[in-house]
Amino acid sequence: MDKTAVFDEMWGQDERLRDPYVGFQEWFQGEDVARLRAKQREADTLFRLTGITFNVYGRAEAEERLIPFDIIPRIISGPEWARLSRGIEQRVRAINAFIHDIYHKQEIVKAGRIPQEMISRNDAFLPQMIGVAPPGGIYTHIVGIDLVRTGPGEFYVLEDNARTPSGVSYMLENRETMLQMFPELFSRNRVQPVQTYPTDLRQSLAACAPACTEGKPVVAVLTPGIYNSAYFEHAFLADQMGVELVEGHDLRVVDGRVAMRTTRGYTPIDVLYRRVDDDFLDPLNFNPDSQLGVPGIMDVYRAGNITIANAPGTGIADDKAIYSYMPEIVEFYTGERPLLRNVPTFRCSEADDLAYVLDNLADLVVKEVHGSGGYGMLIGPTASKKELAAFRAKLKARPGNYIAQPTLSLSTVPIFSRQGLAPRHVDLRPFVLASPKGIRVTPGGLTRVALKKGSLVVNSSQGGGTKDTWVLED
Amino acid sequence: MLGKTANGLFWMYRYLERAENTARLIETGQRIALTRLNDRDEEWGPVLQSAGTLTAFRAQDEDLNQETAINWMLRARGNPSSVLSCIEAARQNARLVRAAVTGEVWEAVNAAYMDARDLLARRVRERDLPQVLRAIRQSTSLVRGMTHGTMLRNEIYDFARLGTFLERADNTARILDVKYYVLLPSAGSVGTSIDNVQWETILRSLSAHGGFRMEYGAGAGPLEITQFLILDKRMPRSLAFCVDKLCDNLRYLHKGDRTLMPSLKQVNHLQAMYLSHDVNAIFDFGLHEFIGQILDHLGQVARQIEIDYRFYE
Amino acid sequence: MRLKIQHATEYRFDQPVSYGLQQLRKTPKTSPQQHIISWQTRVENGQKELSFEDHFHNTVELISFARNATALSVISEGEVELTDTSGVIGPHRGPAPLWLFRRQTGLTQAKSGVRAFLRDVGADGGLEGLHDLASAIRSSVRYEIGASHPGWSAEDVLEAGAGVCQDHTHVFLSCARELGVPARYVSGYLMLDDRTVQDAMHAWAEAHVEGLGWVGFDISNGISPDARYVRVATGLDYGDASPVSGLRVGGDGELLDVRIDVAQQ
Repeated sequence: MDKTAVFDEMWGQDERLRDPYVGFQEWFQGEDVARLRAKQREADTLFRLTGITFNVYGRAEAEERLIPFDIIPRIISGPEWARLSRGIEQRVRAINAFIHDIYHKQEIVKAGRIPQEMISRNDAFLPQMIGVAPPGGIYTHIVGIDLVRTGPGEFYVLEDNARTPSGVSYMLENRETMLQMFPELFSRNRVQPVQTYPTDLRQSLAACAPACTEGKPVVAVLTPGIYNSAYFEHAFLADQMGVELVEGHDLRVVDGRVAMRTTRGYTPIDVLYRRVDDDFLDPLNFNPDSQLGVPGIMDVYRAGNITIANAPGTGIADDKAIYSYMPEIVEFYTGERPLLRNVPTFRCSEADDLAYVLDNLADLVVKEVHGSGGYGMLIGPTASKKELAAFRAKLKARPGNYIAQPTLSLSTVPIFSRQGLAPRHVDLRPFVLASPKGIRVTPGGLTRVALKKGSLVVNSSQGGGTKDTWVLED
Repeated sequence: MLGKTANGLFWMYRYLERAENTARLIETGQRIALTRLNDRDEEWGPVLQSAGTLTAFRAQDEDLNQETAINWMLRARGNPSSVLSCIEAARQNARLVRAAVTGEVWEAVNAAYMDARDLLARRVRERDLPQVLRAIRQSTSLVRGMTHGTMLRNEIYDFARLGTFLERADNTARILDVKYYVLLPSAGSVGTSIDNVQWETILRSLSAHGGFRMEYGAGAGPLEITQFLILDKRMPRSLAFCVDKLCDNLRYLHKGDRTLMPSLKQVNHLQAMYLSHDVNAIFDFGLHEFIGQILDHLGQVARQIEIDYRFYE
Repeated sequence: MRLKIQHATEYRFDQPVSYGLQQLRKTPKTSPQQHIISWQTRVENGQKELSFEDHFHNTVELISFARNATALSVISEGEVELTDTSGVIGPHRGPAPLWLFRRQTGLTQAKSGVRAFLRDVGADGGLEGLHDLASAIRSSVRYEIGASHPGWSAEDVLEAGAGVCQDHTHVFLSCARELGVPARYVSGYLMLDDRTVQDAMHAWAEAHVEGLGWVGFDISNGISPDARYVRVATGLDYGDASPVSGLRVGGDGELLDVRIDVAQQ
């Protein structure tokens, strides 16, 4: 992890074009810059029109924003992807086995591979899930594994999103937009399709239907409603899967099942893909003030009469402190060596680690254990003295709340800037579907790109954009 | 289909229809005002009344004149029936039922919303008004066109149509309710022609001007106008036409069920008792009272549809 | 000893309940000290939706109100054969791991009041220490019906110095866990020697003692549970083990009537 050498995915040393980009570069050289500029504007219009916007929290409905889209695709070779997706599959298998174990016998704790406090003191551990065995043993049906690249074959997992990973609609719409704008590019390059994702998702969910299902499983998507920042994605997925998009007040317990109010009475749901957080899922069992949930759904779930995807309580595998144990977790449950690398992680809850972190704060990235969206984190190398001092105080006050990692030198991919192609840092979130029938990784995923020169923050909430991500056929 | 979705579709199309109706009332109002010799502001009271928004306008302390009336009907956020409010509400409902309508319909309604927001971002100058109204009409027409061209003819479509025709019938009845007196045989000065400004106002407000001329030429009077706007099933904004459509769509929804839904019974009743007679019977009954009863019935049907199809719990 | 129990809960409402659910934890289970001969729960003006076993091994039944009900009755009854084990329940069995019972909850959270009380008592987490603790609580918190509020935490109870069995139990759980001892709340029936009709269920605590496993402490009565005690549900606090928890829409003006009959056969 040499900080000075940034790996650019398009250009190698001495301006040598890397293989996956050959077809793209030929096309690009023949393109007129003005036309591409117009295309970039056209893309924005297309996105606005389709309504792929996100609502900014706490603002009026009028504040719908676009996540900037960059028209230069990010390209990954077939063999590279094959290696990567084997690693992702292995990791997702391990995560499901881990969650099952944690809510049953906790063998991994008994074997001394994870300290008991990591579970017993973890807010993400959901006691109501103890002893619950969902159909097929699948707890996390839809997973987003956040990866960064640092070198030719070097991918690191940054985070495992095992609760409700979002962004898949951008993966699909980015591709759709590229197909509409640059059809010729796709005839020159053989790009593996992502468009089967909604069908795969529906099949994958249906394969997890509970035993009480009669006939074809009824699947529905549960959204917090039109004011949720990801509402577009919820509606998009329901539409693409051809299933109902429901809100809490459309549902109630009827004859021991969760049923939706249709124009002809209540119809039971077999599999609910919920995009509502655990805490708000059931006012009878969790947060009593929740208006978004379904009273009694946890009871129906525990009686085995509905499948909730992802299962409640999967946050235990999504926690940044647990993350540091992922290599052990993968080995423990798969009996294999982990194929994907973990970023070395210092747990500030441990005295030695904390001391090291305080001494080397300026070189590290510090994250909140339960934080997300890039909030509440410190990027040492770019932080001011004042920021470092403030964070030092926070760390000392609540060390258990933080982990620290070395700053990785994220790879760059060119974006189409005013000055032409310009390298920017990227990450990658491939989307994974798990069902009793197996694990499926959609070739590609969501590439997030830091649009500011030199910036490492790719989060859309903080000025990041997205790109279409290509995986080439072999 | 979810009850909530039926509700969203119903209202999405009600609001689209209402946006168009309001736009048409503004157009008519302006035209009439331009052709009048006396006070041009005077005509706007009845126009607001026809749009069902006069009381709300009066509640905000402002003078009623051409400029304030147009602004109120066109873009006031405080007026839920303003063109802008209606298009926003239609789009909001479309978001709610995003998975029920086709991508084409969604994009058309989203584009209509984006256009309306641009066009109506500030007060519209009088000389720009015709062009702005035309642009709005075009973008809402596109939604209607996409609906016809791309939507499956299933219950989703039925609820869209129910919303459209309830709103349209309501609008026609409201305009007649405000202007009924000019159609009374006793009130009309005998011998006046179709050029009677009042009659023209009614016909234009309902886009019935050309159709009426085509059908009756220039020599017709109140009896024919009443016949045309209430009973003529070829006229797409007549009460009989709209109620026929309500009947059809409720019947499609009913398909296969054993018992008749109360809403269908009510519409059948409305059709049989009010819209199957001769125009003279209406005058015998009393035009104003007749319109009043139709408005009540339409309100009841709307409420009954909500109940029958579980719009709410 | 064989007990015959009937537990009737009747609700009346001025306004109809348009929708409502109740979670019932009213079904005792057979275990070394109690054998359930018969047990059943009936619902009037409502419907049983489902039942399952929760993470504390309690049988949970979910019931719904009949549409626009203005009354609801839940009647549980059955016969239980009991054995005196001097309060010893025995080794921990799942599904919840033992460490879970060291977790404080909102109702048992130990703050300055509980800590000061523990320092005064000076008890440790052994069997003797726990008995000392129980009697210290009994003498510091006067048993008084109506003195406390169901939402009171252990801290609130110590501060007020009065409460009922639920409050005694919460203070005990708070202290035991503060000492690192796994402890749980038990709701159940107690046969009284002087009468059969009662108006509330009883509550006591169990602590996990090295070598013995779970051991019961009836703080309010200052004894170990014996053959007069029927265990119905357990949990980390009252919220987990309460016989009824629910929510409803409508149903203003609730009138509740509880009648419990515990008689020796």
